[in-house]
Amino acid sequence: MTPHMLTRSLDRGAAIFLAIVVACGILIPLSNLLLPAGSVLQVPTYLVTLWGKYVCYAILALSIDLIWGYCGILSLGHGAFFALGGYAMGMYLMRQIGTRGVYGNPVLPDFMVFLNWQKLPWYWHGFDMFWFAALMVLFVPGLLAFCFGWLAFRSRVTGVYLSIITQAMTYALLLAFFRNDFGFGGNNGLTDFKDILGFNVQAEGTRAALFALSCVALILSFLICRSVVSSKLGKVLIAIRDAESRSRFLGYRVESYKLFVFTLSACMAGVAGALYVPQVGIINPSEFAPGNSIEAVIWVAVGGRGTLVGAALGAIVVNYAKTFFTSGVLAPYWLFMLGALFILVTLLLPKGIVGTFNAWREASRERRPAAASAAAEDGVTEPKIAEERS
Amino acid sequence: MVLSLFLIGFALPAFAGPFEDAVAKFANDDFSDTDEAIGAVASSGNKLAFPIISALQDGRLMADPDSKKVYVTGADGKSIDAATGEAVAGVPDSASAVRLNNRLRRSVDAALGSLTLQSPDLGVRLQAAQSVFKSHEETALGPVESALAKETNRSVKAALGEARAAILLFKPDATEVQKLEAVATIKARGDQEALALLSDIGSDQPPSVAKAATSAIGSIQNSLAIWSTVQNAWYGLSLGSVLLLAAIGLAITFGVMGVINMAHGEMVMIGAYTTFVVQEVIRTRYPALFDYSLLIAVPLAFLVAGAIGVLIERSIIRFLYGRPLETLLATWGLSLVLQQAVRTMFGPTNREVGNPSWMSGAFDLGQITITYNRLWILCFTLAVFAILLAMLRYTALGLEMRAVTQNRRMAASMGIATSRVDALTFGLGSGIAGIAGVALSQIDNVSPNLGQSYIIDSFMVVVFGGVGNLWGTLVGAFTLGIANKFLEPVAGAVLGKIAILVLIILFIQKRPRGLFALKGRAVEA
Repeated sequence: MTPHMLTRSLDRGAAIFLAIVVACGILIPLSNLLLPAGSVLQVPTYLVTLWGKYVCYAILALSIDLIWGYCGILSLGHGAFFALGGYAMGMYLMRQIGTRGVYGNPVLPDFMVFLNWQKLPWYWHGFDMFWFAALMVLFVPGLLAFCFGWLAFRSRVTGVYLSIITQAMTYALLLAFFRNDFGFGGNNGLTDFKDILGFNVQAEGTRAALFALSCVALILSFLICRSVVSSKLGKVLIAIRDAESRSRFLGYRVESYKLFVFTLSACMAGVAGALYVPQVGIINPSEFAPGNSIEAVIWVAVGGRGTLVGAALGAIVVNYAKTFFTSGVLAPYWLFMLGALFILVTLLLPKGIVGTFNAWREASRERRPAAASAAAEDGVTEPKIAEERS
Repeated sequence: MVLSLFLIGFALPAFAGPFEDAVAKFANDDFSDTDEAIGAVASSGNKLAFPIISALQDGRLMADPDSKKVYVTGADGKSIDAATGEAVAGVPDSASAVRLNNRLRRSVDAALGSLTLQSPDLGVRLQAAQSVFKSHEETALGPVESALAKETNRSVKAALGEARAAILLFKPDATEVQKLEAVATIKARGDQEALALLSDIGSDQPPSVAKAATSAIGSIQNSLAIWSTVQNAWYGLSLGSVLLLAAIGLAITFGVMGVINMAHGEMVMIGAYTTFVVQEVIRTRYPALFDYSLLIAVPLAFLVAGAIGVLIERSIIRFLYGRPLETLLATWGLSLVLQQAVRTMFGPTNREVGNPSWMSGAFDLGQITITYNRLWILCFTLAVFAILLAMLRYTALGLEMRAVTQNRRMAASMGIATSRVDALTFGLGSGIAGIAGVALSQIDNVSPNLGQSYIIDSFMVVVFGGVGNLWGTLVGAFTLGIANKFLEPVAGAVLGKIAILVLIILFIQKRPRGLFALKGRAVEA
């Protein structure tokens, strides 16, 4: 296995992936808008929204893969960054409702009128402007990740400890956002949106455009992640993943690398959340539930940890399976399947679908020249996995 | 008491004349006559006095203005003649309920209070004394003093003394000495009601009394503050014991073995459901054994959860040693499967698990109330902790466990079957989680989500206390429990919990390995 062959095969995978996303991003909206309803090839609007949701999940999965697959940081609280991005977008959408709310208050969202609030809390100011909300989508998750990471990485909280405190973080946010007096709609969250940038969020055209935008965001995220992991920076990240202490002794500022990639990943998760909210039409505290974050981790594990294509693919495959199984007679068994997926993937498929596929291709490519010169290379071809048990 | 009843019984004929006259006054439909009648009936000592006055209070005392006859109608529709106590067939149509106004209602309350002051039932007497203390009607002074002279029970006597003090304090013509004594007595009582009483004595008191009352208010407030601290500490201990119970099994699997078992909460849930099944069987087959249901459930829950734990270790976890993040994901998946399995078997709703008689109820300790189930859970938790500690310290299995934890290869070289020890250790941790489930079934809803609510808290406790150290878990659980309960009154329940989570996150930054960290090379392994 030469590094050259590895990059080439990955490049081909990436190219195929990008081509598919671009094709979907163009063809699905076009078919939805241009073809007459009822046509065989027309994609119904609900499917456009559903797939838009999957694409957002794929961005979230990419952001998790960037830190888990390439830097060994298992965050069990990435759903929190996703939800914070979603809330920032939700706040913009709430402010756009204006006088069309149930109470018709031009400034206060309905739930604030309901709670008898007299004026807008300070942190809601500015969200009537799209550019500000868009900035907050990146800034709020990024700031939280920066502060959290600065504290955690500097004091060398690693491994499962980090996983557990990220879980505690999202749990604390879950409890906080459930509170009415926190100012984010409490239990019900933010919903009943009307407009985004002057377009009706319910309209087919807006939905198709949001889908196309999600695809663009997925492509951009993919390219960003790819440029990070294939650069020298990415090599250091992988070194940190595989031997943190050694990298530190070699003179790399491990904390700074981790902090950078963690913050970047949180911003990406925030963007995913911001695109998610106008498509599903609601954001509520249950997005902060620790279970959601762990589920997102399993998408990455299924698709292939440490392979960017795999992460996106895993998110789409698992979520498609979820939609498929929870809507039919098999609904009571979905949790059995999801649970079994967690167990089986970690036990039997530790590299995930794409990772296993890549390994198999490498092995078969190596076997072919090996077969040609079998006499010369009489020996072991299967790499042995070292016993990792401590 | 028997004697006094006996006396009342003998006294009855002698009072018959004036008593009947007094009862007849109810029929005059005149408020001042009714007031006199209340006083006369209440002081008559007649055994009908109590039913008459309480009927008056409830509007069940019917008076016929024509025949001057008065009837007590019962809730069951039967009526008696108020003067004689004989049952009557029915109340005439011309009779109407005796009317009351606010002044009379106070008299009725006072009369009832003094009437029940000499009831043979200890609880009724105590309650009567308390109600006199609160109402401090001047008219009750006589009955209170006579009851005080006869009373033999200590707590009732104290309550009567306080009632007398309350009356004297508000009696305009009581002497200064009496009032000062009264303030002292009320101060000794020292609770919220005493505080309320002293706070509204008014401005027309002699200056020395007012001064004494002010100082008494101050000292009561101080003592109440202390009691509320004690109360918070008790709640904190109670919460800490619950946390400890939930976390102690995790301290074995995560702390000692280093296995991140996200399905730990589900082991607790399995223990709780075992309790439910045991109680169901007992309810249907051997209802007499209900009080022992928990004693039966404890070993069963240990065995069931322990066996499932061994099964999990053998089938999943042993393939994942040294890969903590994968273990985390696999056990999370397992927890989903177990939850859904229980949901399929027992339904998604809460299941009813009863408290045995020795765990229900409460008792007062000073100014705080302690419920028996919380107390038992605290004792039970400490017992489990002690047994576990002893087991690790003194048994062969405990020795092997510690050996394997400290140096697996060396232990294997010494002939310890390390994989057997792994399985048993994991089984032990799971079994203890099952036992925790038995106790938690007494204070929490038994539902498929039971375990989930404890998993994050349990991890916090173990991480906070320091991994690999049971004492750390003990200290961690009680610290978090008490801190939580002291934050709650200040910040509210949810914000308090959030504050605790944030504090733990910050604490882990400071001491990444917990309060009591293991030192040396084992840490990096």
